[in-house]
Amino acid sequence: MSRRTIAAFAAAAATVIAAGGAASQAQAQDVKIGLILPYTGPGAVLSPEMDKAIDLYQKLNAAKIKPYKFTIIKRDSKAPNGAAAKIDTQELLTQEKVDVLAGWIYSPDAIASAPVVTAGKRLAVIMNAGTSFITNLSPYFVRTSFTLWQSSYVMGDQAAKYMHAKTAVVAYTDYPPGKDALAGFKTAFEKAGGKVIDAIPAGGPEATPDFTPFFQRAKDEHPDVLFVFVPAGDQATAVVKTYNALGMKAAGTKLIGTGDIVPDDLLQGMGEAAVGLITVHHYNADLDNPQNKAFVAAWKKAYGADSTPNFTSVGAWDGMAAIDHAVHATKGKIDDGAAAVKSLEGWKFNSPQGPIMIDPATRDIVMNEYLDEVVKGPDGKLHEKVLVTVRAVKDQCKMLAIGPCAPKK
Amino acid sequence: MNSVADFAGILLGGLAAGTVLFVVSVGLSVTMGLMGFVNLAHGAFAMFGGYIIVLAMNRAHYGFAAALAMGFFGTAALSVVLERLLYRRLYRAGELDQVLFTIGLIFIFIAGITIVIGSETQNLQLPPALSGQLNLGIVQYRTYSIFLIVLGFLIALGIWLTFERTRIGGQIRATVDNRRMAESLGIDVDRLFTITFAFGSGMAGIGGGLGAEFLGLDPQYPLKYLVYFLIAVSVGGLGSVIGVYYASLILGVLDFVLTLYLPKGGTIFIYILTILILLVRPQGLLGRKEQ
Repeated sequence: MSRRTIAAFAAAAATVIAAGGAASQAQAQDVKIGLILPYTGPGAVLSPEMDKAIDLYQKLNAAKIKPYKFTIIKRDSKAPNGAAAKIDTQELLTQEKVDVLAGWIYSPDAIASAPVVTAGKRLAVIMNAGTSFITNLSPYFVRTSFTLWQSSYVMGDQAAKYMHAKTAVVAYTDYPPGKDALAGFKTAFEKAGGKVIDAIPAGGPEATPDFTPFFQRAKDEHPDVLFVFVPAGDQATAVVKTYNALGMKAAGTKLIGTGDIVPDDLLQGMGEAAVGLITVHHYNADLDNPQNKAFVAAWKKAYGADSTPNFTSVGAWDGMAAIDHAVHATKGKIDDGAAAVKSLEGWKFNSPQGPIMIDPATRDIVMNEYLDEVVKGPDGKLHEKVLVTVRAVKDQCKMLAIGPCAPKK
Repeated sequence: MNSVADFAGILLGGLAAGTVLFVVSVGLSVTMGLMGFVNLAHGAFAMFGGYIIVLAMNRAHYGFAAALAMGFFGTAALSVVLERLLYRRLYRAGELDQVLFTIGLIFIFIAGITIVIGSETQNLQLPPALSGQLNLGIVQYRTYSIFLIVLGFLIALGIWLTFERTRIGGQIRATVDNRRMAESLGIDVDRLFTITFAFGSGMAGIGGGLGAEFLGLDPQYPLKYLVYFLIAVSVGGLGSVIGVYYASLILGVLDFVLTLYLPKGGTIFIYILTILILLVRPQGLLGRKEQ
């Protein structure tokens, strides 16, 4: 082999290496996101709302996400008892080797997944599950949704101060977030001078119970307000139906609750029965801010004029924004769970629900809560009217260090 | 006065809950009790009828009565097809074969409804005349519950009269007692079974629609409520329509009262009551003792 040939080979090899390097530079870095949501079972009505928000975020923010590319790998968490969600988490980490975990509509699913999340050392964004203490269960959990304490505490306070209620009965779905809603409401309501005269566990989250015996009991106790928490979805419609069918309004008991009893996507289906209901929540589709106007307009353009985003969509939207931020802040090394979590501590974002922040001490969301009333608009449709805005609400369960909400020592 | 109204409200609530149990289970009592066929897929027929009724009202805007009729005949027609093609082959098979076959059928229904309609719950939109409150003098109560209680009573009465006072009812009772003798007397047993099965399934379909206000309606329906159907039939006594009626009302009222006073107990009361009743009367309330 002549010297010239060797030189030619060397030159060619150098070109190939250089070209290869350039190519890998230009190619988008793929970020694998494992998404755990119930696609079957009672949560199946909520998952599509979150999927739509996740798709919409990627579509509208394609330029911002570059040079990265998100690949979503979905897993079905089925019934809200945690069993399937835990297996999903394990499979996503070990078989799919995802960089980030996200999702979790139901608290038992997130609670069951927590040890696996801790062992897997990947950022895990809770996009819905609202039991307060979940973020204490793993240092990799960051929550972009809400806690039941945030809405129910504000509701308890406003029920006494704004609605001037003296007595209340609480009916709640008997699982962790329901117990949080009861505790949050009761703490604030009694601090403000009211009295909770009865607390009725009304069935579990798996199936919609017949609410008649529970509400009948509440009706016979003649409280000023009946505070209800049920998971948003099928149960919400049944609550509003049963309240009206038993004629509790005429008997002088007002139905109040967290926004879960009037989810935006189910509101129009509830009809006249929902008019006048007063709830506290961090989001409704009628919120008047530029981010929300753009979000709802884009949603209706993508999914039809009759389609409406709800709070689960916003939890997913904000979760995607958090992942987007963490990917850029870690320069693509989002699979380093500790660094990814660190990049989100104190992160601020203008969400459709208003300004939000991740509390650096608890990795939980800090956000506005709105006291809303369902009103019939001039267009004949139902809308939420904001009566009171409470700004930058922190999770009171952690602030007051109640039970499992107290930080682990 | 107030306590009288409270008591009346509790009784009506319990009777309505019991009537829901009755309307969805009575068809199973007919097929399982009279034909001796373990049809676990009964709930699937109830769900099928329920979907016809709710979709006919919500999407095609039919009236409630028309939708109920469509639910009955639609489900009955489907059941005749399935009876001719599938069930018939298993009349003489063992109970395990029947159980395996009908459980399989449940899964086909669940998957079918999920694919065609979707997994979300369908809401029954009651006509305005049936929603809201009715003043009964001593108490105001939800109109639909009272409507259900009255309708349930009429259904029980109608079925009882059919069995006891009509020719076809006599033929069915004769066939249940002694099939070979009935056949030799010229009764067309095959035809009789088809009619009975269609009627039982049609009743299931109506029950699925009527009960949707309380039980909801989604693809998991046949599995979710299977236990309740079986409880109503076994507590009532196999083959006794009136027994199922009594059993449903007793279970409904007791379960309602206990749930109201002890909500912490949740859904456990109905099972405890079932065990207690069956301990005292293993053959059910109105069932005949095994020879």
